[in-house]
Amino acid sequence: MKTFIALVFLALSFGAQAAEGTLPLEKADVDVFELESVRRGAGYFVDYCMSCHSIKHLRYSRLGRDLKMSDADLRKDVMPDGAKVHESLLTSFSPDDAVKWFGVAPPDLSLVARARGPNWLYSYLKGFYLDSSPTRPTGVNNAYFKDVAMPNVFWDLQGLQKPVYTIEDGKEVLERLENVGGGKLSPKEFDQAMLDLVNFLVYAAEPAQYDRLSLGKYVIFVLLILAVILFKLKKEYWKDIK
Amino acid sequence: MASENDKSLLGWIDERFPLSSFVSEHLVKYYAPKNFNFLYFFGSLALLVLVLQIVTGIWLTMNYKPDAKLAFDSVEYIMRDVSWGWLIRYLHSTGASAFFIVVYLHMFRALFYGSFKKPRELVWLFGMVIFLLLMAEAFMGYLLPWGQMSFWGAQVIISLFSAIPVFGEDLALLIRGDYVIADATLNRFFAFHVIAVPLALAGLVVLHLVALHTVGSNNPDGIEIKKNKDENGIPRDGIPFHPYYTVKDLFGVAVFLLVFAFIVFYTPEFGGYFLEHPNFEPADAMRTPEHIAPVWYFAPFYSVLRAVPDKLGGVIAFASSVVILFFLPWLDRCEVKSIRYRSGLFKTALFVFIVSFLGLGVLGTLPATPTATIFARIFSVLYFLFFLSLPLYSGKEKTKPVPERLTHAIIPLAERQGWLWDWVRGFLAWIVATEAYRRLRDVICGYLEKFKKTCCKSHP
Repeated sequence: MKTFIALVFLALSFGAQAAEGTLPLEKADVDVFELESVRRGAGYFVDYCMSCHSIKHLRYSRLGRDLKMSDADLRKDVMPDGAKVHESLLTSFSPDDAVKWFGVAPPDLSLVARARGPNWLYSYLKGFYLDSSPTRPTGVNNAYFKDVAMPNVFWDLQGLQKPVYTIEDGKEVLERLENVGGGKLSPKEFDQAMLDLVNFLVYAAEPAQYDRLSLGKYVIFVLLILAVILFKLKKEYWKDIK
Repeated sequence: MASENDKSLLGWIDERFPLSSFVSEHLVKYYAPKNFNFLYFFGSLALLVLVLQIVTGIWLTMNYKPDAKLAFDSVEYIMRDVSWGWLIRYLHSTGASAFFIVVYLHMFRALFYGSFKKPRELVWLFGMVIFLLLMAEAFMGYLLPWGQMSFWGAQVIISLFSAIPVFGEDLALLIRGDYVIADATLNRFFAFHVIAVPLALAGLVVLHLVALHTVGSNNPDGIEIKKNKDENGIPRDGIPFHPYYTVKDLFGVAVFLLVFAFIVFYTPEFGGYFLEHPNFEPADAMRTPEHIAPVWYFAPFYSVLRAVPDKLGGVIAFASSVVILFFLPWLDRCEVKSIRYRSGLFKTALFVFIVSFLGLGVLGTLPATPTATIFARIFSVLYFLFFLSLPLYSGKEKTKPVPERLTHAIIPLAERQGWLWDWVRGFLAWIVATEAYRRLRDVICGYLEKFKKTCCKSHP
C-alpha cells in the first residue's frame, strides 16, 4: 500500500513536470460556417503564411466555391498575382532553400488543424515572445512550441510580447505573456484576426465538412422514419407470438 | 401468367441448383428461439458491417495508391477531389470501429448466455478465428493511410515479433520486407488487407453460420428448444427465422444505421478515437510521436502487453490474452448455460472480468504512467483469473433450476426480477409522473392526431 501511495505521488509529480514551461491552451471559438471570418482568414493565410507554408490539398477554385466568393473577389482578396485558379495554395520557394534558411522545411498546413487541433493553433499563433538568448536566431520563442524555427510573422499586427516569469521551487516558470506594444491592431482585433486564420485552417483541413454537416440531418431524418416503419412492421408480424 | 413464369423459372433453377431448399432450410424453416433480446441483434449487424466494409473498401481501392510516396496524399485526394470520396472514407473508417463494437457485444452475449458451450463449441471456435482475422485486417488496414500513427503503431506491433527467441528477428524482417516499416511493408499489407484476409473472413463467416444452423441458436434462457418438439418435428418454442427475425433484425439495422450515420456525419473522428489526430501527419521515420496509442479496439490487449515489464513476457501475455478465449468452452464446466440461472459467484466473476476488460481498454489509450501501470497489472491479473479460475468452481456451482420451456418472447417489465429492474421501474414511474413528460406527450400526440386527420383521410 505504501508503495502504491508513493507511486501515485510520483505519477502526480510527473504530470506537474510535463505541464511546466507551457501555458494552458486558449480556447478558439471556431465556427467554419462564419464564412466572412473564413474568407478573411484565407486572406491572412495568403498574405502572411504562404510565403513559407503551402496548403497543397486545396485549390483556389475549390476555396472560392466553398466560401461562396465571386471570381473577382477571389482574385482580389486571396490569390497572389500570377496564380491560376485551378492551382493549389503553394509556396514559391523550394524545400531545399527552406532547409538552408531555417534549418527545417516549413510543413504543409493542409491538415494542421486536424493534427494539432484549433485550440493549439490559436494559442501557438498568439504565443510568440521575445527571447534574446543566443540560441534563438529569430529573437523570439514560443510558449506552446519551445525553440520553434518559425519567426513571429504577425509582429507588425500584434506588437511584441515579453514573458513574465514567476519563481516556483527556485525555478523560473513562464506565467503569462505581456504585450509591450507596437502592433497595428488592438489585442481584441488581433485575437479576431487569429481566430479568422484558425477558422480558415479548420476549413482547409476538411473542405468536405460543409457537405457533411449540412447533409447529416436529412440522412438521420430518413433513417428515423425508416426505423419507425420497421418497428411498426416488426410489431405487426410479432403480434401473435406469446 | 407472371406467376406461372416465376414458377417455371424457379423450377428450372431448382432442377439445377437447390435454391428453394436452401432458402427454406436457412430462413423459412430455420427455427430460432422466440425470446432473443437486444444482444441478439449484433450477429446480423456484424454481417451488415462486413458487407459495408467490403463495398466501401472496393470504392476506396479505386483511388488509393499503395505507395509510401503517394499513399497519404491519395487518401486526402479521396477526401477532397473524389466525388463523395469523403463519405466513402468515413463510412469505412467508422465501419472499422463499428465492427469491433458489434463484435465485442456479440462475444459478450455468448459469455452471458453460454452460447459457446456444448454443442456450440465449433460455432465459438470459428467465431474466434473470425475475431483473430478481424484484428489482422484492422491492423493492416490501419497502416494504409500512412500517417504518423499508422507508421509507428505498425512499428511497435511488428517489433513484438522480434522478441521471440531464435527466429524472432528474422520473422519481423519477413513481415516487414525491410529493416524498417517501408514501401515493401505497405504493399504487402495492402495485398493482405484487400484480398487475402477478406477472402478468409468471408469463408469463415460461412463456416460460422453453417455450424450455427446445424446446432441451432442458443437463447437468453440457455434452453435447448430442439428438446421439445411438436408432432411435426418443429420446436414448440421456435419461430421461423423468416419472417420473424428478418423483420426484427431489419429494425435493429435501422437503429444501428441511425447511430452510425450520426457518427459519420457529425463526429467521424470521434474525439480522436476513430481517427487519431497524429494520423493527420504523414509518416515520418525520423520523428516519433510523443505518445503512441493503438486504436481503441486493440487497447485492452495492448494494455496487457504493457503491463508486463519484460518484452518477451509481455508478448506472451498479449498473445495468451487472445488465445485463452479459444479454450473457453472447455474451461467452463457448468452444465447451465445462461447467466440467468447461474451462481452469484459466476455473476461476480463475469462482472469483474467486464470491468477489467473495459479498464484495460481505457488504460491502453493513455500514456503508461506508474499509476496506470499498476492498474493495468491489477486488471491483467483479473482478466486471466476469470478464465483460469473457471474450471475450479464452475463444475460445482450452485445453480438455479432451469425451466423446461421458454415462457415469454419478451418478459413483461412488471415480471422482471432483480434490483436493477426495480430501479428501472422506479425511474420510469418517476418520469411518467413528471409535468414535462405529460406536456411532451400532449404535444407529440397532438401532432400525430393532426397528421392522421390531414394525411390519412380516405377519399370518398
